[in-house]
Amino acid sequence: MNDVRYSAPNSLDEASKAMMAAGGAGRILAGGTDLLVQMRSGMQKPGVIVDIKKIDEMMSIQDLGGGSFRIGAAVSGALIGEHKALKKAWPGVVEAINLIGSKQIQGRASAGGNLCNASPAADSGPALVAAGAMLTIHGPNGRREIPVEKLHSGPGRTTLAPGEILVSFTLPARPKGSSDAYLRLIPRTEMDIAVVGVGVNLTISGGKCTAARVGLGAVAPTVLLVEDAGKALVGSSLDDAALEKAAAACRAACKPINDKRGTIEYRTKIAGVLLKRSAAIAIERAKGN
Amino acid sequence: MAKMHITTTINGEPTEFLCDPQQSMLDVLRDNLGLTGSKEGCGSGDCGACSITLDGRLVCACLMLAPEAEGKKIETVEGIAKGDQLHPLQKKFVEFAALQCGICTPGVLVAAKALLEKNNNPTETEVRFWLAGNLCRCTGYDKIIRAVMDVAADMRGAAR
Ligand code: FES
Ligand code: FES
Repeated sequence: MNDVRYSAPNSLDEASKAMMAAGGAGRILAGGTDLLVQMRSGMQKPGVIVDIKKIDEMMSIQDLGGGSFRIGAAVSGALIGEHKALKKAWPGVVEAINLIGSKQIQGRASAGGNLCNASPAADSGPALVAAGAMLTIHGPNGRREIPVEKLHSGPGRTTLAPGEILVSFTLPARPKGSSDAYLRLIPRTEMDIAVVGVGVNLTISGGKCTAARVGLGAVAPTVLLVEDAGKALVGSSLDDAALEKAAAACRAACKPINDKRGTIEYRTKIAGVLLKRSAAIAIERAKGN
Repeated sequence: MAKMHITTTINGEPTEFLCDPQQSMLDVLRDNLGLTGSKEGCGSGDCGACSITLDGRLVCACLMLAPEAEGKKIETVEGIAKGDQLHPLQKKFVEFAALQCGICTPGVLVAAKALLEKNNNPTETEVRFWLAGNLCRCTGYDKIIRAVMDVAADMRGAAR
């Protein structure tokens, strides 16, 4: 067995240094619900485990006003689900994060971990892409911010450089008449991996859609921002024709694989169906805001 | 390999142990501390047989590293009964025959207790969702759900 070290630094600088010192053998531990499974199966053989849960900034939710929130990357799904103001402001983001695993998993698993694990089927991805979340990254050369859709470079791969740590994600302020929704298709009733996942975030003003973003998961090597789907909705009254145009844009954006959970044809078709259904939920919610 | 020295609280008792850095909390509970109530069904977070609470939060002990217990409060199935006095959930599980082989039962009890402490008036759907991370190959779940609902009703009655 290899000699593993565990450290739980109190600051991001220390954590980043520990990751640099470990070379390629450092692994960040947040909720551990992916890392420990991967270690047990031999997929991951870390030399150093850097537990970042003693770093306040990574463990807190900040209400920035106007519907904007900064959420620490290691905050558990359970805590996110219990945050009333956040849930009211961003129901789609919260429902996506709360779909990840059982109550036991929710007790530890974090949205930051879900993102950094970089599965194209991760539920947090499409909802955060639709939300237009900005990621704050801390590294040996200071901080940088990137849109969430720039984090993934392929299945299991991120654009984080050595020593860089995802600190938090910020959900932007939105005008009145905005809301969001996330839907996924799974073969079971609950607790499974998405065959397709769609997040929709939109704003309605005077009966017209004034802003819309669509995130699409599990149909390409990375989670996708489907700009054409958003464009199809903006300026419309969100009528059937506009929704069909957005659904077609989602189908066109799909580059899925065939696997035991779904064929290419099935995934492509479902992407359009889920776009319409999650848009319908987001529209209902936006009208109530 | 350098062992780590961890100071924690388990079922209200200050506890110290030595562990390997990558050892799971479940392994330490069972192998180092002799608390074999928590079971390993899968080791991958799927079955819930290893359910414990960590600072009051329901988690899988198989997905937690033992060093993470430093300074925390852990509750396991062994802490549910008070001496010889079974917890109402335990009594009701016996009365309703909500267990057969019993391998899932410790995890189910820990999870159900965590639910009732948050919400003593859950709907059947809420109970089923809450316990969806606890797999049982024997009972078909129905008796478990009935038992938990009945304890919740008793708790509400007693509170009145
Ligand atoms: S042993 Fe931990 S969830 Fe199965
Ligand atoms: S009683 Fe046998 S697994 Fe539940």
